[in-house]
Amino acid sequence: MADRKVSNWWTVWGVLILLWALFPLLWMVSLSFKDPATFRSAEPTFFPQVWVWDNYRTVFTDSLFTSALRNSVGIALIATFLAVIVAMFAAYAIARMEFPGKKFLLSMALAIAMFPQAALVGPLFNMWRNLGIYDTWLGLIIPYLTFALPLSIWTMSAFFRQIPWEMEQAAQVDGATAWQAFRKVIVPLAAPGVFTTAILTFFFCWNEFLLAISLTSTDRARTVPAALSFFTGASQFQSPITYIMAASVVVTIPVVILVLIFQRRIMAGLTAGAVKG
Amino acid sequence: MAVMVEAPAPQTAEVTDRARHERRLGLMLSAPSFLVMVFVTAYPLIYAVVLSLYNYRLTDPEGREFVGLGNYATVLTDPVWWTDFSTTFLITVFSVAVELVLGFAFAFVMYRILRGRSIVRTAILIPYGIVTVVSAYIWRYAFQLDAGFVNQWFGLGDYNFFGQRWSALFVIILSEIWKTTPFISLLLLAGLVQVPEELQEAARVDGATAWQRLKRVTLPNMKAAIMVALLFRTLDAWRIFDNPFIMTAGANKTETLSFLAYRQNVTLVNLGAGSAVSVLLFLTVVVIAFIFVKGFRTDLSQVRGDR
Repeated sequence: MADRKVSNWWTVWGVLILLWALFPLLWMVSLSFKDPATFRSAEPTFFPQVWVWDNYRTVFTDSLFTSALRNSVGIALIATFLAVIVAMFAAYAIARMEFPGKKFLLSMALAIAMFPQAALVGPLFNMWRNLGIYDTWLGLIIPYLTFALPLSIWTMSAFFRQIPWEMEQAAQVDGATAWQAFRKVIVPLAAPGVFTTAILTFFFCWNEFLLAISLTSTDRARTVPAALSFFTGASQFQSPITYIMAASVVVTIPVVILVLIFQRRIMAGLTAGAVKG
Repeated sequence: MAVMVEAPAPQTAEVTDRARHERRLGLMLSAPSFLVMVFVTAYPLIYAVVLSLYNYRLTDPEGREFVGLGNYATVLTDPVWWTDFSTTFLITVFSVAVELVLGFAFAFVMYRILRGRSIVRTAILIPYGIVTVVSAYIWRYAFQLDAGFVNQWFGLGDYNFFGQRWSALFVIILSEIWKTTPFISLLLLAGLVQVPEELQEAARVDGATAWQRLKRVTLPNMKAAIMVALLFRTLDAWRIFDNPFIMTAGANKTETLSFLAYRQNVTLVNLGAGSAVSVLLFLTVVVIAFIFVKGFRTDLSQVRGDR
């Protein structure tokens, strides 16, 4: 009896957390459906007086936003893919081998996880212009890959440590070729960790703003967060607020989908890479 | 205490060969990561140190001259640096302090809740994953005079939150707290799960109150997790850029150190003084990390990897 009461209390607190996490999203969606011409008032309301789709229509016909969306998707996917591949090698070595410089590599990753990116905007801006990769996809992919590496290396080496590697030999003893053993035994065991790392890395690349505005200047490589900060809306006589919110809803959708599908993995990945179990 | 240690068996050639092979392979596998990290962080940082010794504006490339530590003197005697320093400090202290308390509360709820556990855990990940710029806009418009609902709901009339430093910082910190508390709460939850249940049970049997159990059992067993979470979040907050940039554009003394580095380097293309700001920003981060590791004895080996 008493136990049930206590458990109900925890659920009440849970509902409060739910409100806290989702209420701002509700506000964002609500704003994105307001009429851009009339939404401003001396006494604004939380929900729209009239619900309109105009903002979404404007956003998807605005080349600034559509090209930014393309850039964001492309840059985030490529940077994530590269970071996961490069980190996979290092994580495998860290989890399974003894070699000189292992400690140093980990300390360096730790240092970069704490590194203030803002300290690099000046030199990178200059270097990239000299190399001719300023305002290109590559110019953002390289730093994204770099700053995603520490997280990727930790998370993956944490996952790789839990893999029973002896099974590979066992499979070979049972007559499988080395390649078969790897493909049938190791790949399925390693895949969840690699995949989880990819999601966390993707979040980081999707999110990044400072480098995106420092190393781009046109819609050739500008990502969505950067484009949002330059967004002016349909005309200069209207406030861009409702358009910005519609665009925000669009870039939040992939995040929400990933969280809904892979909630457990993301939780495991965040805590595996952070603190020892 | 003279214990006879068995002499290790003489290593056969095969074993050393294998060890050597493993060493080489390990180095080869980690080389790409290492090279990328050096090329994008260490090298530009050294480049920034060099640039910071010159008076160098891109708008006047001919006027480049060696000024030694002059740029550092200029930056450190400029009130703007100190204003931005205090802004960064305030944001860091307030947001991290609130997040720690709130994060603990969230962690406890996620630990104890039975019905709706997975819904809460899913919901909490959404602020974590959301684009920071989007979070900044959401909160900015919530407080905006002609569009937001906050003034209506709380009967504040036409109070302009972005009109003065303190209230603007309040909104910036609020957005920061909303977005990053989930991260802290998940790290704390990971620490909480590791506190042995039998210790709690023993304390309960001994008649300890809930408060005593928290203070004597839970917290001491979580110290390492708490310190690592604090270190990472503190440095994360110290680098804050997106929220002030989107919400106030640095008006009313709400510019942070990262923002200053951006403005000097990218907006004003003043690479000499800008690089001095970059190097100083880097040094502040080093000092904070040092204080945590040496002063608070944060055990970084708690961070996964070196086992």
